[in-house]
Amino acid sequence: MNLYLLRRAGVYLFLSVAAFVSVFPFIWMALGATNRSADIVTGKLSVGSNLLVNFQSLMAQVDLVRVFGNSFFIAIVSTILTLAVSSLAGYGFEIFRSRVRERIFQLLLLLLSIPFAALMVPLFVMISRVQLTNTFTAVILPSIASIFIVFYFRQATKAFPADLRDAARVDGLKEWQIFLFVYLPTMRSTYAAATIIVFMGAWNNYLWPLIVLQTPENKTITLVISTLTAAYTPDYGVILLTTVLATLPTLVIFFVLQRQFVQGMLGAVK
Amino acid sequence: MAQTRLDRNEQINGWAFVMPALVLLGIFMIYPILWSLWMSFQVGRGNSFSFGGFANIQRLANDALLVQALLNTGFFFVVQVPIMIILALLFAVALNDATLRFRGLFRTLIFLPCVTSLIAYSSLFKSMFSGDGIVNQTLMSLHLISAPLPWLTDPFWAKIVIVLAITWRWTGYNMIFYLAALQNVDKSIYEAARIDGIPAWARFWHITVPMLKPVILFTTILSTIGTLQLFDEVNNITQGGPGNGTMTLSLYIYNLTFRMMPSFGYSATVSWVIVAIVAVLSVIQFAFARDRRRPS
Repeated sequence: MNLYLLRRAGVYLFLSVAAFVSVFPFIWMALGATNRSADIVTGKLSVGSNLLVNFQSLMAQVDLVRVFGNSFFIAIVSTILTLAVSSLAGYGFEIFRSRVRERIFQLLLLLLSIPFAALMVPLFVMISRVQLTNTFTAVILPSIASIFIVFYFRQATKAFPADLRDAARVDGLKEWQIFLFVYLPTMRSTYAAATIIVFMGAWNNYLWPLIVLQTPENKTITLVISTLTAAYTPDYGVILLTTVLATLPTLVIFFVLQRQFVQGMLGAVK
Repeated sequence: MAQTRLDRNEQINGWAFVMPALVLLGIFMIYPILWSLWMSFQVGRGNSFSFGGFANIQRLANDALLVQALLNTGFFFVVQVPIMIILALLFAVALNDATLRFRGLFRTLIFLPCVTSLIAYSSLFKSMFSGDGIVNQTLMSLHLISAPLPWLTDPFWAKIVIVLAITWRWTGYNMIFYLAALQNVDKSIYEAARIDGIPAWARFWHITVPMLKPVILFTTILSTIGTLQLFDEVNNITQGGPGNGTMTLSLYIYNLTFRMMPSFGYSATVSWVIVAIVAVLSVIQFAFARDRRRPS
């Protein structure tokens, strides 16, 4: 048989297996949400009739509207603020050259490698001293200045044509006007990719909210899942339904912005 | 040399653009880092601190649980990171072939795990790998094993579950970086190599890998940091067990701070152990990347 065809078949087989492994937990989760805990445990792989019961059982334990509201509020506000602050900085770092700024940038790179665990304790003490524990502000504020996203915007800004900015200056536009009306629209795909990354990060954040959010009415969806999973006799139907619900928003965002996402990543690694 | 007005304007504007980020980083990163450094020399429990000199550092040396956490984290790092990076590279190279059908579909499906929250997928894996869970059932019905594997109750298998879980979640994420970088590689280099009769695996090792080296380095460092910060998965799937078999550094720090009697000073000291390891590994990774570039 033709060696080329054989290799081709090998590549398809490899990718198909990978795709199946990637997707199977999603299928299993979606099916599980419709089944009874006992059926899930024995590996039932078909649509069940327990979706409504799981839903009612979840509603009885958790104020879903509130929990989702909390998660959405935190994720949306974090995303908007992070994109604003980081893209301003990314633009500033790239457009204006100065030796001091290079030093600062190198310092930031160094800070990027400091793990959150090292900051967790002093941050918690800081937040409790200013009496912000159990507030959304405490969750959002420390996450706004993301070195990774600043870095990402600076890389992407390298592709922003300097001629465009110079032309805008000649036309008498102020720098903030150039940023808002020239830079921002040109960098749409960069913003889209950053939106996916930041929104997912904020939506899925666990450790920091676990530390600062204490009362049930402030809990986010990730905190609820971990509580359900840690139960002595976990109800898998309810858990899987909750994971489905928790995954839907990020799934939707990803599919809506998917095309720009890949373009945006492309701009950042150039 | 005198600064022109335009230059000065540019300076002021530049600082104004960068300032919000710098102020926030100063408050929520640099200040806590300095504080944590100071804290690591404090001893005491709860809110009563006193200066302890090197007491915390001495405590490090006799801390068996810390050694266990270090070994576990080292295991995850050595086993998981290479597997994930190589898999991601293979996916990216396969999906970069313009003649491949269903490219977009494969790419989307392999990236899909990245949209799940760490907690959601941890719960999934915990359920899938439970004693009578779907993984054991499938393996048994395929006659690959005769009795259920103790995935979550044996320290070794629990580590394997964590490795599998992280690989599932993050491989597609790394793949996207490589795919994006591959788009920038000049196609004519591959054409020339193909015409010269260089086999596919050699093209992979001698063209693709060197070309992608900066991106590979970047993702390796991100993965290193990620591994050293491993918390959500172990906290949710195994709680660090069984018998501390999956205890990680971050989980240990969390336990020291919030679960056991609060010991802020000592947990700050342990967190500096992570910083030291990240620093050393980053230096090694950069040195390695620089060294490999020289011969050509």
